[in-house]
Amino acid sequence: MLTKRIIPCLDIKNGRTVKGVNFINLRDAGDPVELAKIYSQNGADELVFLDISATEERRKTLAKLVLDVAAAINIPFTVGGGISTVEDVDVLLQNGADKVSINSSAVKNPQLINDLSSKFGSQCIVVAIDAKNIEGEWVVHLVGGKVPTALNLFDWAVEVEKRGAGEILFTSMDNDGTKDGFANEALAKLTELINIPVIASGGAGTIQHFTDTFITGKSDAALAASVFHFKEIEISELKKELQKQGIPVRI
Amino acid sequence: MNIIIIDYGAGNIKSIQFAVERLGYEAILSNDETVIRNADKVIFPGVGEASSAMRKLRASGLDALIPTLKQPVLGICLGMQLMCNSSQENNTKGLGIFDVDVVQFSNKVKVPQIGWNQISKLNSPLFKGVSEDEYMYLVHSYYAPMCDEAIASTNYELTYASALQKNNFFGVQFHPEKSSLAGAKILENFILLNQTK
Repeated sequence: MLTKRIIPCLDIKNGRTVKGVNFINLRDAGDPVELAKIYSQNGADELVFLDISATEERRKTLAKLVLDVAAAINIPFTVGGGISTVEDVDVLLQNGADKVSINSSAVKNPQLINDLSSKFGSQCIVVAIDAKNIEGEWVVHLVGGKVPTALNLFDWAVEVEKRGAGEILFTSMDNDGTKDGFANEALAKLTELINIPVIASGGAGTIQHFTDTFITGKSDAALAASVFHFKEIEISELKKELQKQGIPVRI
Repeated sequence: MNIIIIDYGAGNIKSIQFAVERLGYEAILSNDETVIRNADKVIFPGVGEASSAMRKLRASGLDALIPTLKQPVLGICLGMQLMCNSSQENNTKGLGIFDVDVVQFSNKVKVPQIGWNQISKLNSPLFKGVSEDEYMYLVHSYYAPMCDEAIASTNYELTYASALQKNNFFGVQFHPEKSSLAGAKILENFILLNQTK
């Protein structure tokens, strides 16, 4: 049976992990490669690296990081952040990334989704959507949730699927950072509406939140950062609990 | 041990090369007929779309070479699918090594299948030391139906062949290079197969 995926997300700036991490036995908590190795050994199903650097050097630094990560781990990983051209994607995939995630660049130039999926295959194109519930309507936002667009989450998701995305990573800006649980109502609507996998993001605080997003939100995968980085939730324990609840997971 | 990964411009081969290196072997990328023919083991990767991958194979003459190889050959993901008779993906004619036609999942399930699923009814030296119902990482929209050459099966919408073998030719739909320790074991089994050219 296809299992539900647990995906730790690492924020990267200039080749280093950004958000603080609380791992003992880690020589260098800022080293994304070392962190990635630990997560892959501890039962993470996949990893996401989100690059938030804004320097001239960022493309080169990210490409090098991807190569180092690919050499070190034996689970799939996605790279996102600032990717806007076919050439960007080509370099990252050649260096060993399994998937790339695009966000603002897809909103600004939806044709990019078609171009990427026809050149590299849908399976490696993740479209990340950040949205906020404004008076009952889920509005797509850019720049980490700062800039609203005219797009509705559900319309945009349908379009993204049609254009050839292989997966959607939906972050609810309302839930992100709250540790109050995922936006399961919107997620359930989204997973019913489209026929590609949906990764839930934003709001993970407890093990129960993961159970809820898989059952109520019908999510295919759940992504979180700080609860894993600060060891508030151990992936092995999380998976054992999910299994007890009858949710298929890889143990 | 001379391991060659066929390099024809289709997909993520770096990960396979790294996975082989983690096992303590070296894998060389090549599209040269003589180099490939002289290898001890040949890995035939592939991700992306079937018809354009076949076009690339034909352009380099590899479509004629691969079916004549005598050493163990391992097709991975799209590589496995291209070793079949045909693929429904843009009505692509395959290499015809495995006598099965690759078809698309229906919209009763999410397509592509992305994630970790189990491999069962394991029946090949490729799976020596690998537990029945072990989890492997899969990403695909098309599949090979169950057939005589199936050496592993997986369930998604229906039970399909997630690995195939015919003589020295092996094909796996999953990504052993991305499937943690069990995947590494399968790659190692392939590298250590006793068969040579």
